[in-house]
Amino acid sequence: MALPGGDSVKAGNEGNKGIRQQEQILKTIEEIKAAIEAAVPGAGVEIINNPSPSAQHSLLLSPATALDVARFLRDDAELAFDLLSNVTGVDWPDKEIAEKIKVKRSVKKLVEGIEQEVDEEVEEVRKRIEPGYLESVYHLYSIAKGRGPLVLRMRTTNRTDKVELPSFTFLWRSAEFQEREIFDLYGIVYTGHPDLRRLLMWEGFKDHPMRKDYVEPDDFEYEPTAHDEVLKRAEAHRQSLPTGQEGAAAV
Amino acid sequence: MNSTGIETTAIDFAKRDGWNRPQVIEPEGDGELLEVAMGPHHPSTHGVFRMDVTLDGERVVHLKPVFGYLHRNHEKIAEGTTYLGSMPYTDRLDYFCSLSNNWAYALSVEKLAGIEVPERAQYIRVITAELTRIQNHASAVGFLIQDMGASGTPLMYAFKEREKILDLFEQLTGSRMMCNYMRFGGCRVDVSAAWLDQVRKVVAELPKFADEFEALLTSNEILMARTQGIGVLRPELAISAGVTGPMLRASGVNYDIRKVDHYGIYDRFSFKVPLGDHWDVYDRFMIRLLEMRQSIHILEQALKDVPAGPIMDPKTKIRNFRPKPGEAYGRIEAPKGELGFYVISDGTGNPYRYRVRPPSLINLTILEDMCLGNNVADVVLILGSVDIVLGEVDR
Repeated sequence: MALPGGDSVKAGNEGNKGIRQQEQILKTIEEIKAAIEAAVPGAGVEIINNPSPSAQHSLLLSPATALDVARFLRDDAELAFDLLSNVTGVDWPDKEIAEKIKVKRSVKKLVEGIEQEVDEEVEEVRKRIEPGYLESVYHLYSIAKGRGPLVLRMRTTNRTDKVELPSFTFLWRSAEFQEREIFDLYGIVYTGHPDLRRLLMWEGFKDHPMRKDYVEPDDFEYEPTAHDEVLKRAEAHRQSLPTGQEGAAAV
Repeated sequence: MNSTGIETTAIDFAKRDGWNRPQVIEPEGDGELLEVAMGPHHPSTHGVFRMDVTLDGERVVHLKPVFGYLHRNHEKIAEGTTYLGSMPYTDRLDYFCSLSNNWAYALSVEKLAGIEVPERAQYIRVITAELTRIQNHASAVGFLIQDMGASGTPLMYAFKEREKILDLFEQLTGSRMMCNYMRFGGCRVDVSAAWLDQVRKVVAELPKFADEFEALLTSNEILMARTQGIGVLRPELAISAGVTGPMLRASGVNYDIRKVDHYGIYDRFSFKVPLGDHWDVYDRFMIRLLEMRQSIHILEQALKDVPAGPIMDPKTKIRNFRPKPGEAYGRIEAPKGELGFYVISDGTGNPYRYRVRPPSLINLTILEDMCLGNNVADVVLILGSVDIVLGEVDR
């Protein structure tokens, strides 16, 4: 073609030769788990069952070995999960679980007119708190093999101070903004992220609005702006003026 | 130290593999740098979006995108409403392509609850989604020419055609842009034979429009000088950064979710996937023009035999819709890239977690890489070639 760039675009992939994707997932989640365990000793991978009809089961990684496992999934010629499509957070707050337990207790009772101590089975409700955690969920696809999604998850120890997980930004660049978003909205700290700042909320915002226990502030009006500092300086200037001239300064 | 007060450990980035960081550009001469905030109200940024650009003369040495001006916490709002209650809100993500957004959300909830969609509804979905793609791509190319300084007229060529398609959407759904049309298990209202005839009429005129519009791109010397060889995106970097849609295909990677996932009934239609060779801004726009032609081709096939029948799955409840506990991730090839919805159900009427995978945001990951070393005037074009809508970037 005469025009530069006119022939720069070629057409490819004609027809519908591909097998349906559902059938193409030859690798079941168990096979992938076995492959990981063979390649990364002590990986500690666990299958999390998904009861919904989508049947997208997931692998729970332990944060200690997660980077090695993820690198294997990306670089292995057979699996080749080269596209990290979606990264997101989920909040699972502390759960209070009430259990009914039968306990034997000695009770004073009148038996045939005489007070006696009798063992009796009593039902007691015991409450225990299952600790919550923050979860990071990854959806991987393979462009090379046309497979997916492979769902990975990682969990933090708790929701307050031990909220670190390893960053995948070094392996897949697509995690860069998405991990920043989760850090912003959920408060998971990705260790090793090159530029971990808030993405959507403003600097100086304190809380993590996507957490289940987030309380919306009463005052929606206040938002720190660049003008605050200017106004403060103007006020200080007004204060420093001799009395009688404040009005003049304000104008 | 970050805002949670937890110290993050510093790591030597150079030693990590696969870390495609843009190389540092050393300033020339006396090294005096100028910081410019492009946006958040710059006309070329297509919305409230800011880029903090550091310039050495005309050359970009540093670029940081700043987000959040349009943040509404859509995902949190969705957790507080019913599954169906979020459907109208998906229109407001990428407000150019509300019908694609509807489909992506409906698809993931259908996966979550195991709902089958009737044949006729599948055809209507394909027809509306492809019409959406055509008007999105036409506007994207129109905005490119507008961004280069050809104010008004070329964009109006695109908008003239877009308006015809929006008229069709208005007749069908009652609204030009906020369509709120699809439902879990089908569509909201049935199409009439008269409407289909009108679609056929509009589609018959589209190839002529595509020819004329392509002439704008292929015969204009200034346009070619400004766009060719600018903003090159290597395929390895594109894949690593999760870039999808026309951007990825312009970098020469053959990945179209319509071909890979065969969602809906796309395996019944024959169409080609255009791929780029030079990976630059010009390729990205040529790809969009070629995709428009393929969409016209799909529409011609789909309009030939729209079957009769129901448009809603009769077993799916509209009110009191409670999927069983579980989770699902569904994705479609939206005009801007892979649009996905990740939904977790805990058995109640509201989703426990509702996540939008926004193609516009993730395609911006490599904005800095593409802009470094280019002139500041090219930044506007490169941003335009990513094709973003801020409603989806910030959500």
